[in-house]
Amino acid sequence: MEAKVKYLLHLADNPLILGQRLAQWCGHGPVLEQDIALTNTSLDLIGQARLLFQYIASLPGQDTNEDKLAMTRYENQYFNLLLTEQPNHNFGHTIARQFLYDAFNLIQYQALSEHADEKLKGIAIKTLKEIKYHYRYSSEWVIRLGDGTEKSHQFMQEAFDELWRYTGELFKMASYENELKEEEYALDVALLEPEWKNRVSSIATRAGLIIPANEVMLFGGKEGKHTEQMGYILTELQYMQRTYPEMNW
Amino acid sequence: MEKTQVHIIRKKIAGLLHDVADPEIPIISIVDLGMVIDIRPENSHWRVDLAPTYSGCPAIDVIPILVKTHLAEAGLDDIQIEMEISPPWSTDWISDLGNQKLLDYGIAPPNGRAADQEYEGKPRRCPQCGSVETELISNYGATPCKASYKCLSCLEPFEYFKCF
Repeated sequence: MEAKVKYLLHLADNPLILGQRLAQWCGHGPVLEQDIALTNTSLDLIGQARLLFQYIASLPGQDTNEDKLAMTRYENQYFNLLLTEQPNHNFGHTIARQFLYDAFNLIQYQALSEHADEKLKGIAIKTLKEIKYHYRYSSEWVIRLGDGTEKSHQFMQEAFDELWRYTGELFKMASYENELKEEEYALDVALLEPEWKNRVSSIATRAGLIIPANEVMLFGGKEGKHTEQMGYILTELQYMQRTYPEMNW
Repeated sequence: MEKTQVHIIRKKIAGLLHDVADPEIPIISIVDLGMVIDIRPENSHWRVDLAPTYSGCPAIDVIPILVKTHLAEAGLDDIQIEMEISPPWSTDWISDLGNQKLLDYGIAPPNGRAADQEYEGKPRRCPQCGSVETELISNYGATPCKASYKCLSCLEPFEYFKCF
């Protein structure tokens, strides 16, 4: 598979898998409004993934379509960040995962909004409007819960402690990103880290949360090597397409 | 195709699109929502370009079907519909009539231009009683494009169409 396709799949798989995770909240949110908020975010993310999958399927030599790309690949052919596949646990944990991702995605899509590939640029400008909104939602909740009751604070701190190990991967170049770096097709994600750290620590400070120090980081999702969680979520995501191949609504 | 003929058919299509309502907010047409970008002849058929609102809005898959069906009923069956995401749709494209229809329906229309502000703004007034005393309940509502508010005067909940 060529590097460009892998890179675009990586960009599409992040919102696909996180969108699927958030969809699992449907009917289980702590209150109606937050149930709706999480599932609306899920809809946005799946919509963003669709735009990217449609673009990949339209590239020369790609004999595929958005559904096949989203639902019939094997686990090691998905290039999403490990962070996006982590389970929901509790509302605070979901919010922490969303915040760490949104802060990264906001910076990433600001950069992609100036991409030389007109099509990718168009998708980035379109989705950045939504990403901004997600970021504000998740950062407000991190503050509210971190600076809330003793229990909500504890849940948030535990979520940060547990999820931090997956954040190193956000800034590590995958093989296909390195291949595309010279022609400037892939962003140099390492350059995004300082701004991400600034944003995350400023919100964490307001929330009274401590950012884990010297954490051992885990890598692999971007190269198709996933955590145990990935198999379960794919089983759910792919069930209908595997059972009734090429089914349609 | 002859110029006059193109003009007549384009007008006919444009007129028919006024009957196609947003499936989630059925009081407003896709024209008043600002979703219709272009109508033009292409090769042997006609092409209609639509701007999707939010990327994940479920209406995205339904609207082209509604458009095709409605135009086919009027005898225009060779229509190609394309979703055009660039430049991205904005609530600034909703017509004045569209904003009035939202208000009459009980949805507070976008307040101000999306291009002039960082976020979605606040409703100008309660669509039920007109009070300016309103309070945010949630940044999200029944559809991605709306937020939930409550009026502090009449105490009724209502939805606000976010500037986007």
